[in-house]
Amino acid sequence: MQIGYFTERPYRWLPEEEILRNRGYFAVSNSHFDREKAADDYHYYLDEYCYAEDLGFDVVALNEHHGNPFCMGSVMNVEASVLAYRTKRVRIVLIGNPLPVIKHPLRMAEELAEIDLISRGRLVTGWVRGAGSEQFFNNANPAYNREMFNEAHDFIIQAWTRPGPWRYEGKHFHYRHVNPWALPYQKPHPPMWIPGVLSPETVQWCAEHRYPYIGLGTQLGPTCDLWDFYADVAAKNGYQAGPENFGYLIPTVLAESEEKAQSIADNFVYGGGQNAFSAPQFTMPPGYNSKSAIRMLAKQQTSTWLGVSGEKIRESMEEGDTGEVNYDEVRRKLRSGLQKVQQNLQVIAGTPKTVIPKIKSILSVLRPGIFIMFSIQGPVGNEDRRTSMRLFADEVMPALKEHAKAIDLPDPFQRTPGSVKLTSGTARGPVADRTPLAALGLK
Amino acid sequence: MANFIEETVKAAGAELALVRGGSGKPLLILHDELGYPGWMEWNEKLAQNRTLLIPYQPGYGKSARIDWILNYRDLAGFYSQVIREMKLEPIDVIGFSAGGFIAAEMAAADPAIFSHMVLVAPMGIKPATGEIFDFFAVTVRRHLMATVADPANTPEYLKIYGGQMTPDRFEAFEDARSETARIGWEPFMHNPSLPHLLRGAKTPTLLVWGTQDKVVPRGCIDGYRAAITGAQVVEIEGAGHRPEIENVAEFDRAVRKFLSA
Repeated sequence: MQIGYFTERPYRWLPEEEILRNRGYFAVSNSHFDREKAADDYHYYLDEYCYAEDLGFDVVALNEHHGNPFCMGSVMNVEASVLAYRTKRVRIVLIGNPLPVIKHPLRMAEELAEIDLISRGRLVTGWVRGAGSEQFFNNANPAYNREMFNEAHDFIIQAWTRPGPWRYEGKHFHYRHVNPWALPYQKPHPPMWIPGVLSPETVQWCAEHRYPYIGLGTQLGPTCDLWDFYADVAAKNGYQAGPENFGYLIPTVLAESEEKAQSIADNFVYGGGQNAFSAPQFTMPPGYNSKSAIRMLAKQQTSTWLGVSGEKIRESMEEGDTGEVNYDEVRRKLRSGLQKVQQNLQVIAGTPKTVIPKIKSILSVLRPGIFIMFSIQGPVGNEDRRTSMRLFADEVMPALKEHAKAIDLPDPFQRTPGSVKLTSGTARGPVADRTPLAALGLK
Repeated sequence: MANFIEETVKAAGAELALVRGGSGKPLLILHDELGYPGWMEWNEKLAQNRTLLIPYQPGYGKSARIDWILNYRDLAGFYSQVIREMKLEPIDVIGFSAGGFIAAEMAAADPAIFSHMVLVAPMGIKPATGEIFDFFAVTVRRHLMATVADPANTPEYLKIYGGQMTPDRFEAFEDARSETARIGWEPFMHNPSLPHLLRGAKTPTLLVWGTQDKVVPRGCIDGYRAAITGAQVVEIEGAGHRPEIENVAEFDRAVRKFLSA
């Protein structure tokens, strides 16, 4: 099993009222941006990732968001470059570069090749479509989001593997001269892990490409359903999916006492937390979601990880975004919501003693080969952040590794995803184990 | 009530759903970026002596999306083919908002395709002052609310857009918004070359604009007036972006007078 460390690198100096008043992190004015504090924090977060290597994490994971104090990784490849040089052992996992909003796959191929070279082959590069708000920030046509994602991905693979120079005339991208003089250190190219919040289209695409899919704190039951879907697609493509095809990332915080852990965990809903990533009008730009996804969202109004919550759909369908904000009432609701997601095992907070059985349960159900700790959000001080990391690494990680070994969770480096052949007509084996869900009070 | 029917015509290599109603000389109606809202009082009035032809824009649910159409100029080219194949040219046209943009692109390519062109709060030209409202950056509900000056006192607005937003309606609006984004995201709802290509066009043109329009600024009207020789302007006092339902009588009077001239 690969165990990773991830943080959104939150901007920690923004009053919560600003986010609540704005009904989301995206579009809070950058007049609140403090250059000195931000410079300190960029240094701190890079040091923190190096500390993760020192603590023994296998993987450090970065992401990228635009125009959003929720995440300071505006240009993740810059941070990845620094880590490629500074670290010596950890794999650097990018989850992921938002191809359709960057809109320059040749440049992307060059940047990532350099990072892989500098790190001497420690890059794992993932791709995302970019959040809804990022279609606005980067003025990327949301109606072409998936088309551009697919085309950019296919182009980058070619740019890394097909000797140049050659010419490319695609639908969305055009290059006269493709011949990058920085090719990845790894052959034929770095591995790719794809994060997501259970969009069936993305899951299918991953299974077809034999890329590990990383569920971002999604509910266990629906995650099992999508794992099954992945495995069905895998079977149609002639292979048996296994732990090497799945990863799971979950908000996790540890402290020396339960009280302290709970107090810090409140920061996962600071300003509204993940569901306040952006206000409804920015979460679902026109054309961004497939027709089937829109139909499903409009009818089911379910809650997921990055802002497309039932409440947001309802707000989008109705008025909902006017009037005064009652901050205390909002905070009360947020804290109460936090209790619920802890019961659902979508946020893990506690001491090593209480956290270990919870994460072991998750591993038993989802059987992922990759587990990533998503570190605390909000204005939490460096010391508490590091304590949480240290407790996880010293006490939780060994227990998880042992458990993973006991229940046989090979990671993508131990078993190549897609390498277990399944002959046509053979029934596929299970990929998730729902048995423990009932005992956990979950569906 | 006039008889109107929905039918599908095969033209320009596609199947196009359209509403046909009334009797008399054909009149092409190009709906706005939110889709055809239904047969309303202004339709009823004009249908007394005109045959209204109201195509459902491709990609807006009833007519399938046409992938080769990448922008409003392509869409205008498609509609021009449809008009030619149906042997309707020259035809009178009323284009609303983005539908005005389509009509103007058609006239820019072929000024003789229209005998009269009515552009109601048209997008398509970047205004020298003001901005076209970025309706992509708001919820559907907010967009709808911005289209009339006084929603509570516009009966037909309440008739077509009042009540609960059902999943089906939400989906229909998302269809319209998606297709509008696909072809109008950048440059946003205008074409920099349009005013240049309209230069010298002598298509008899009426520009209608509500003085309280929050979607299309007066600058767009000024841009069209400067580009199209002899274009007339009718301002409807107090109306917003939908003068045809906000002040039916005045809208009908202005359009009828222009079309009969």
